Amino acid sequence: MWHDLTSEQELLRDTTSRYLADKASLAKQRKMRDDPMGFAPDYWTGGAELGWTMLLASEEDGGGSVSGRGLVDLAMLAYEFGKNAAPGPLVDCNVAVLALGGQTGDLQQQVLGELLTGQTIVSSCLGAAPWQLPGDASLSIRQDGDDLVIEGTVKPVESGAHAGYLLVTGRSEGGMTQALVPVDAPGVTIKPLKGIDVSRRFAKVTFSATRVPATALLGSFAKADAAVTRQLQHAAVILSAEAVGAMDAAFDMTLDWTFNRYTFGRALASYQALKHRMADMKSWLEASHAISDAAAEAVADGDSNAAEMASAAKSYIGVQGPELCQEGVQLHGGIGVTYEHDLHFFLRRVTLNALLYGTPAEHRRMLAALQIGQEKAA
Amino acid sequence: MSDTLESVEDFRARARAWIKANLGPMQGWDMSQHCESDEEELKAVARDRALQRRLFDGGFAGICFPKEYGGQGLTPDHNRAFNEELAGHEYPSRFSVPTFSPCASTLLEFGSPEQKSAHLPAILKGDEVWVQLLSEPGGGSDVAGISTGAVRDAQGDWIVNGSKVWTSRAWWADWGLMLVRTNWDVPKHTGMTVFILPLHQPGIEIHRIERLNGESEACQEFFTDVKVPDSDRMGEVDAGWTIGQRWMYHERLGHNSPYVTHPIGGQKASPHEPSTVGIARKAGRLNDPAAHELIGEHRALGLITQQLQRRIASAAASGKGNTDLSSVDRVFRAVAAIRRSTIAYELAGAGASVWDEDEEGATESVGMNFLLRQASAIGGGTTEISRNVVAERVLGMPRETSGDKGVAYRDIPKGPKRAG
Repeated sequence: MWHDLTSEQELLRDTTSRYLADKASLAKQRKMRDDPMGFAPDYWTGGAELGWTMLLASEEDGGGSVSGRGLVDLAMLAYEFGKNAAPGPLVDCNVAVLALGGQTGDLQQQVLGELLTGQTIVSSCLGAAPWQLPGDASLSIRQDGDDLVIEGTVKPVESGAHAGYLLVTGRSEGGMTQALVPVDAPGVTIKPLKGIDVSRRFAKVTFSATRVPATALLGSFAKADAAVTRQLQHAAVILSAEAVGAMDAAFDMTLDWTFNRYTFGRALASYQALKHRMADMKSWLEASHAISDAAAEAVADGDSNAAEMASAAKSYIGVQGPELCQEGVQLHGGIGVTYEHDLHFFLRRVTLNALLYGTPAEHRRMLAALQIGQEKAA
Repeated sequence: MSDTLESVEDFRARARAWIKANLGPMQGWDMSQHCESDEEELKAVARDRALQRRLFDGGFAGICFPKEYGGQGLTPDHNRAFNEELAGHEYPSRFSVPTFSPCASTLLEFGSPEQKSAHLPAILKGDEVWVQLLSEPGGGSDVAGISTGAVRDAQGDWIVNGSKVWTSRAWWADWGLMLVRTNWDVPKHTGMTVFILPLHQPGIEIHRIERLNGESEACQEFFTDVKVPDSDRMGEVDAGWTIGQRWMYHERLGHNSPYVTHPIGGQKASPHEPSTVGIARKAGRLNDPAAHELIGEHRALGLITQQLQRRIASAAASGKGNTDLSSVDRVFRAVAAIRRSTIAYELAGAGASVWDEDEEGATESVGMNFLLRQASAIGGGTTEISRNVVAERVLGMPRETSGDKGVAYRDIPKGPKRAG
């Protein structure tokens, strides 16, 4: 996270930080363990009032940022989400805001408005992605007369069982297509899934010859590749910032533990073997902060290296986040593998974040593709 | 204090125009500082001296050094702006480390006015390249354990005897910053003094050390009754550790130091290090997804290394960060470099280990780099010591116990004691 924030940014962050500590404390999340939604509806609308979904929207659309770089402000909030292992579809709703921005259709404008107030949740069904070969896409979208027909299954879809609309990304002849589909469209089946997270809920969404009118399109048919790529970069930034917050929490918890836990008459913190492990973890943590912040700035500014920065952050943090938390578990010993201890909330967070919107391996392959392209051009 | 400083943005615009007009594109030897032969190295040295002079004449040398010593009297933000504008251009790389940091930085902080006037302008004009005379054959990471000593003669000057080692470029450099023992009867940290001295003078023998890849840039120096005038003593007698700690801080900052001119960003691999894409192509693995994952991991680590450096440098410049955070950078940089070297070796396959020297695009340097990969975790203080620094001074964990605390230097155990 940035060393220097403006007072407006501090205010934005502190407000969310206090709100999360109150409404989404780990004690409250433990009580919601078996709740199908994982949070109360007014938690999300209350968060929207604090600006959780407005930062990527333009002022004309009713949004706005505090620093002029909405994604940087959003990354700050995401960091707080991670630090609290907080529930709520922060990534998908913001990706949807980004996708709907500048779209002129009535449906798109209406849903964007509902996203900004938190009235509705839009879940992302990423059924095609740039790291895939065309044949590997799990959703296909084709044109049939004036309609679009969507076919296939996608998982995991965050908050899928509680969404009002789905941001559907699928493969079409000639490129990717995106559409905004109401959850009650014909042929849509949403099945809640079991998962490793306590905070967040995921679903499997199946489209069986789901037919929607062409007005559901975002952009042009089979021409969504650039938009999807841009959305993925934003998602990578938000997920990375979240993971860094969770890593900070796990690291601080572990460092405290090494001071407070005594064995053979000495604090754990006095053993050089453990000091060196904490030092290594600190280096992963600082590196994660550095690349997460740099990626947020590069994507916010649309820099030429934005794609590389986003994939570097997503792939590195996707590996070192879980490693750092697992080291934390190891240094805690037995208590670290209990449900009673809080550490697992953060381990869950980073482990799942590593998988969403591209695994480390997938982002590494995208980095390689970019580098091969650059060297061909040179 | 007096006239207002030029704004960073004005300065940046001026720097950009000057760099464009006066500096050519980055050369292979700028980043790698690896030359095929001594002749080529000496050519590169002469080129670097001329480039440093060009910076001086253009008013861009020593951006954070005071004007009275030939610098520009500007801020770390100005230096950073210059370094960003410098990306992709040739620059006097042999001056950055250790001449500017730690040597000139330490000189600026602790040198007498006469010493600063004599040497800082000379450094900024490209006339003096400095080395640090710190490590010794008998001690690696235990810097304060040095045994090279200086005793006072009848005139009050000093006679130095002993040996220093791992001194990069001493065979052609000009001056040295040296830590020596001056008192054997007090605990080790309280009996050292810092001197400055010319490297090429009677009594100093310089041997080159061949590393396992055949390159021999580093040196060992042998000092036999070398006379150093008392006017070349820096700071008080026996107070060398006070200077030494700041010296090592500047050393850890290295290229992150606000006193160093060194491009930030836009760094391309040198021609001596083929790109991972080139290596994979040569090995026929350009369509192998596993190879792509390695190429991507390599690239990510490179980007993160740059961004971590940037984060820590900006924290240091703003005065907000813990100064020992540079040890975090040191650990990460080494671990990342080791992994990158391993990835390149894995990608190359047999071509990194045995090669036909007539073949185009041979990847033998990949094998050599792999053999030498631990050097990045040893040079400039091992990563084990840096991990201690991170744990103790950044995270506040308890210090290691030592066997020499409060013991007079001459009584410190220096090797195994035999029974009986």
